[in-house]
Amino acid sequence: MLDRIAGLGKAVLDSIAGAGQAMVMLLRALIGKPQLRKSWPLLMQQMYSVGVLSLIIIVVSGLFIGMVLGLQGYTILVDFGAEQSLGPMVALSLLRELGPVVTALLFAGRAGSALTAEIGLMKATEQLSSLEMMAVDPLRRVISPRFWAGFYSMPLLALIFSAVGIYGGYLVGVRWLGVDDGAFWSVMQANVEWGQDILNGIIKSLVFAFVVTWIALHKGYHCVPTSVGISRATTSTVVTASLAVLGLDFVLTALMFG
Amino acid sequence: MTSAQMDDLIVIENLDFAHSYGAHQVYKGLSLRIPRGKITAIMGPSGIGKTTLLRLMGGQLKPQRGTIEFAGHNIPELSRSHLYEQRKRMSMLFQSGALFTDMSVYDNIAFPLREHSKLSEEIIETIVLMKLEAVGLRGARHLMPAELSGGMARRAALARAIALDPELIMYDEPFAGQDPISMGVIVKLIKSLNNSLGLTSVVVTHDVAEVLTIADKVVIIADKKVVAEGSPEELKNSDDPLIHQFLSGEADGPVPFHYRAPSLAEEILGAQQGESHAG
Repeated sequence: MLDRIAGLGKAVLDSIAGAGQAMVMLLRALIGKPQLRKSWPLLMQQMYSVGVLSLIIIVVSGLFIGMVLGLQGYTILVDFGAEQSLGPMVALSLLRELGPVVTALLFAGRAGSALTAEIGLMKATEQLSSLEMMAVDPLRRVISPRFWAGFYSMPLLALIFSAVGIYGGYLVGVRWLGVDDGAFWSVMQANVEWGQDILNGIIKSLVFAFVVTWIALHKGYHCVPTSVGISRATTSTVVTASLAVLGLDFVLTALMFG
Repeated sequence: MTSAQMDDLIVIENLDFAHSYGAHQVYKGLSLRIPRGKITAIMGPSGIGKTTLLRLMGGQLKPQRGTIEFAGHNIPELSRSHLYEQRKRMSMLFQSGALFTDMSVYDNIAFPLREHSKLSEEIIETIVLMKLEAVGLRGARHLMPAELSGGMARRAALARAIALDPELIMYDEPFAGQDPISMGVIVKLIKSLNNSLGLTSVVVTHDVAEVLTIADKVVIIADKKVVAEGSPEELKNSDDPLIHQFLSGEADGPVPFHYRAPSLAEEILGAQQGESHAG
């Protein structure tokens, strides 16, 4: 019994210590005078591997989710004779919720796990230690460009996701099921607001980008540098980041639209 | 500062160290001097914390007590920026080589130069080729680390370690897992680099025969502290049973073959008092 209580206490202490480590890592990675000449190429390289390489999964998922929304939305709305509202329905669901959330979940699976595994392996093969011994701060050199790359690319990916999704909804609703073309777009334009819908979606996306990238980098940087440790860290990145995104989404939705 | 101290590049006094994640004490009251311009071999049984000692010297770990002076600077007390200044004067060859896997051999060796100097690319190229020539890998400059054999990777890492012309180079198990030829090559390189570049070398290893041929000073660590030090000849002639066991590689002796445990008879017969006999 006493062992269990002690175990519980240890788990709580460990998670607080972990959060503290993550906080210190991020602060040390981001604070300091920027060295544009050195960090720009590193940032571009990471934007490519984190952002550009995630494009395919984002575009394909966006298209299918948009098509499903068009199909489901149509079958529901047509019963009420309201199929003209298909445009705003698809656009609002994507911009407010599905775009940022699904992008963040896919990003955690595609790019987050890759970041954790990469940094974990760099740690296991002593590359991080050797940077330190060469008087190069691994936090500035390795963590910082990856963090900014994730932070900048996820909102862009979410916008692309939403745009492709709306097109998917259009294909199914208008081209296939025969909703009026003009009505689809004009009702959408009339109902989607810049500040309330698009901007809030972007803000959500920025918050998710911050959290997912941070979790992925922290899990990699502080993993146990063995094969089991790296595999656990990678799994933990996907699980923790996904749960964090879903939980935060509720909080943000309540604040923005509640 | 006395003249004896001036001849020592690293002076470690009264070092206590335990990893934060375990109660296991690694060092207790360890004192050690690394003479300038010489090759010092640090030997000891596996798991004794020899790599930890190198990390302490490099400031990657902080001791609980004691001083580690590198050229007069107490490493554990330096601020981050001062520590980085000192690290530019030292370098470490990791057991795995630790080459950056996303860069070619050439870029790996150019990396510290590009980070810490404002030299033009032409001069960097000259320096990189000279360093590669020194380790015999000038022809392999375009290969990626994954294309190198273990021995070549270690030599490439050695070229990177000497890129900035450090004063101190620390070798972490440089012979581990090498075939006899590459082992011979690395032994020769450590010796020739030390002499031609005026380096101070610290070699952590348990490959006794190889290191005794090149070391000027040998330090044996066991039981959390230095148990013997001297020239290779002095240690070979020593009649201390521990040194003898270590240098001739006997399975049992002062360093026991068995990890601490109650005696086999007690454990099999289920005797409860076994714990008091541990060790």
